[in-house]
Amino acid sequence: MAKPAKVLLNVPAIKADFPILQRKVHDRRLVYLDSAATSQKPKQVIDATSDFYARYNANVHRAIYELGEEATREYEGAREKIAAFIRAKSPNEIVFTKSTTESLNVVAYGYGLKGKLQPGDEIVGTVMEHHSNHVPWHFVKDHKGAVLKYVDVTDEGTLRMEQYDELLTKRTKIVTVALCSNVLGTINPVKEIAKRAHEVGAVCVVDAAQAAPHMSIDVQDLDVDFLAFSGHKMLGPTGIGVLYGKPEALEATEPLLGGGEMIREVHLGRASWNDVPYRFEGGTPNIAGAIGLGVAADYLTKLGMDAVRAHEMEITQYALEKFERLQGVKTYGPKDVKKKAGVLAFTIDNAHPHDVASILDVEGICIRSGHHCAQPLMERFDLPATARASFYVYNDLEDVDALVAGIKRVQEVFA
Amino acid sequence: MSATYDLYQELILDHYKHPRNKGPLPGATLNAKDSNPLCGDEVILHLNLDGSHRISEVRFEGQGCAISQASASILTTMLKGLPRAEVEALNQDALLKKLGIPLSVVRLKCALLSHHVLRLAIGDKKADRA
Repeated sequence: MAKPAKVLLNVPAIKADFPILQRKVHDRRLVYLDSAATSQKPKQVIDATSDFYARYNANVHRAIYELGEEATREYEGAREKIAAFIRAKSPNEIVFTKSTTESLNVVAYGYGLKGKLQPGDEIVGTVMEHHSNHVPWHFVKDHKGAVLKYVDVTDEGTLRMEQYDELLTKRTKIVTVALCSNVLGTINPVKEIAKRAHEVGAVCVVDAAQAAPHMSIDVQDLDVDFLAFSGHKMLGPTGIGVLYGKPEALEATEPLLGGGEMIREVHLGRASWNDVPYRFEGGTPNIAGAIGLGVAADYLTKLGMDAVRAHEMEITQYALEKFERLQGVKTYGPKDVKKKAGVLAFTIDNAHPHDVASILDVEGICIRSGHHCAQPLMERFDLPATARASFYVYNDLEDVDALVAGIKRVQEVFA
Repeated sequence: MSATYDLYQELILDHYKHPRNKGPLPGATLNAKDSNPLCGDEVILHLNLDGSHRISEVRFEGQGCAISQASASILTTMLKGLPRAEVEALNQDALLKKLGIPLSVVRLKCALLSHHVLRLAIGDKKADRA
């Protein structure tokens, strides 16, 4: 039976911070259940970005005048906030990129393709990765002759950890894994995987796009070498992402973008690089985005990431119980919320996921349908597509009830 | 059903649940297949022409959302007995008019997949991909 509705966050107060949640869709209350694709933004974040443009817009690290000083201070302040948010040792370990995708490409290119990898060196990934943690490594295979290996998942949707025993060898140079699956919601034992990677002398690269918004991350405790995530999934603006790297890992990484900001000296035909992390931030960065992301991190920190996680565990538990009682509905991924984030992939008998999403849209409910940029995982489960609902700080049990009622409407339509 | 369910009108649901002319057509002279990589919708079309270049037999196979599959089924009902020249002249609007539902840009791709496959089937050599 469903537990009494006891939420750990003050959801009505949180909802009030999100202007978009006040609007209606098709004349209905907006029920936003697609935060795994992108989160909504609180007014604090929206205000911070417009404030930059309205009050102190100037380029960073160059301008001598007051506006430039202010812009640089806020931009570097955001770097400090992000360092604290994931408990990095120093802001110099934080690179601003445009997205998780760019962050992972910086590592694949700069550490893999242009770095110390040799032909025949091995990269171990998993079948549950998002395309953004597959395709950059394909480049390293195709252009460097690296060998790609993959850890499979169990039918429950957890990594088959025992496979690391056979896949990790002296030739393994990179081990890459998502901290949290964007389809199954599985939370992977990254600390253990990093430890195993280090035992064979490999670095551990983590895709934290689905984890950073939803749970407390301590990069020092996890002891990972690189960790990537996006601003827009954690209440921040689009177009800003983060790459964390240990100092020695970043030093061993060649820059992806050449241009302004990332250089120390440029002469005709040659240049030397600026220090880490500026070496990786060629071109004028997304200043407003970084400042907005810093405010998003403030917002989450104020809620408390442990409270955020507990809140989502409660909603996910409630949703799993409700779904279990629905005939003809199947869910994917772990059923134990201790192993699962607030991501719920499901299918409904006789209804294609796109039709499910279309009908829920009429009810004002936003969910994702499709392969979720995880085609290898969909193949593993022999699924062309699934529907996916995902939860965040502004969702409550009522949103789950709306989803369940919507699913019943879908079943009526396709009965 | 509520009036807001414009997309899933009786015609669409009827053709989705009870597709017409569905199945393989071994030895068909014109065949084509295409899919929508975004959704995984797939439609395969098989056509036979008689001596006077009319469509004598038509079948489709496929999987995907109700819009893509109902559209394919409805298209086959429009094709049977049609002279080749009229098949070639059959444009997207004719199919969309028959479907009679409001479509967003994304769902338009679902609805028009079968029409694209028809163009492949009657088009140039590389269209024969089934």
